[in-house]
Amino acid sequence: MTDDATVTPRDWHSHPPYVHPDYKSTALRGPSKPLIPLPAGLGEITGPVYGHDSANELDADLTKNGVRNGEPLGERIIVTGQVKDERGRPVPNTLIEIWQANAAGRYVHAVDQHDAPLDPNFFGGGRCVTDAEGVYRFTTVKPGAYPWGNHHNAWRPNHIHFSLFGPSYLTRLVTQMYFPGDPLLDLDPIFLGTPEHARGRLVADFSLEVTEPDFALGYVFNIVLRGSATTPMER
Amino acid sequence: MDNPKSSGGQTPSQTVGPYFAYGLTPEQYGYPLKSIAGGTLVEEGTEGERIRIEGRVIDGHGAPISDAMIEIWQADFQGHYAHPHDTRGSNTGFRGFGRFGTGTDPENRFLFDTVKPGTTVDGQAPHINIIVFMRGLLSHAYTRLYFDDEVEANTTDPILNAVPANRRTTLIAERHIGPSGIVYRFDIHMQGPHETVFFNV
Ligand SMILES: [Fe+3]
Repeated sequence: MTDDATVTPRDWHSHPPYVHPDYKSTALRGPSKPLIPLPAGLGEITGPVYGHDSANELDADLTKNGVRNGEPLGERIIVTGQVKDERGRPVPNTLIEIWQANAAGRYVHAVDQHDAPLDPNFFGGGRCVTDAEGVYRFTTVKPGAYPWGNHHNAWRPNHIHFSLFGPSYLTRLVTQMYFPGDPLLDLDPIFLGTPEHARGRLVADFSLEVTEPDFALGYVFNIVLRGSATTPMER
Repeated sequence: MDNPKSSGGQTPSQTVGPYFAYGLTPEQYGYPLKSIAGGTLVEEGTEGERIRIEGRVIDGHGAPISDAMIEIWQADFQGHYAHPHDTRGSNTGFRGFGRFGTGTDPENRFLFDTVKPGTTVDGQAPHINIIVFMRGLLSHAYTRLYFDDEVEANTTDPILNAVPANRRTTLIAERHIGPSGIVYRFDIHMQGPHETVFFNV
């Protein structure tokens, strides 16, 4: 049942290290001992299955799913892209969960004490399941930048948090999508913790093709997961 | 849909940050969104030995972490995973996935109510696969929980045997009988002399 050869390894040249001193919290939280190699077995090539029953159309529209008495404030955007594995195969039917700050840079989260207004009509959480070609699509508002306590005058660039399962336990990914041309990117220890050659993969592209006239700006953010095991049928 | 920047390799991981709760564990934290998974993996008819798993995530100074998120992925009591790659599948309706943030318990514990998994078909001792996320962790960390009452199975488990002997105990949960049943305690130490074994998988 073990099928190591078909699972591509986690590419540590593309991912940030566990301890990145400029991001201060990593110093006491990142594992310090070398990782122990674990060959992929049944528990690794399997993983939780969340398909089309786990999200509905409203879940993917953050401009509607938190509405109480009006429309959320901010610049409406469409974020779409294709999820593929490293072998270039689309990853269909997989759950994507996102969360983000509102247009003012404030999270609904109770511990966010940033002195910026909450928006009564914006929740900031959404879900969507990729289609047969691995394509997802969210409608939301552009999240604002927000300050954080890492160092004096530290501000997070505009970003949307993404969580993906993919086909197995090994393809799990939590990441952040950034916006092109953001001057805060060059100052952000979290973004800069990523190896330089791979940073561009975290930045969406503006797309006039995705932009909808009189409605919303469009961004494309494609996501590449590890290549997972072939299914028994494909062998 | 072309995005040349994104075609050249794995999308890098980024930290889950401090504000994951309303997106990933909303019901547990009282936000008005249904969670896809929580700390309770069992339903009324779930077969197998009911257990609770509880533990904390500890930083390099020995302090419990209040903004970590733990995910568990496990086989059912017969050792079957609810996934097409386990061709026997789970015939118990047990999904085997749980997710819990450490911010709601006064002691910052994670708490899972589940069943004890069986020995898997590839001959591994009963175990639970764990992924750790938190603010300050740029890439998620994989570990495993084994059971201290599975002495014999643990002795022959190929993964435990690949771990240096003096670090194996970091992967073994302690069985206790509490007022509401069987509890396995399992603290995850991110650093320090008792640093939990994390896997490159
Ligand atoms: Fe954030």
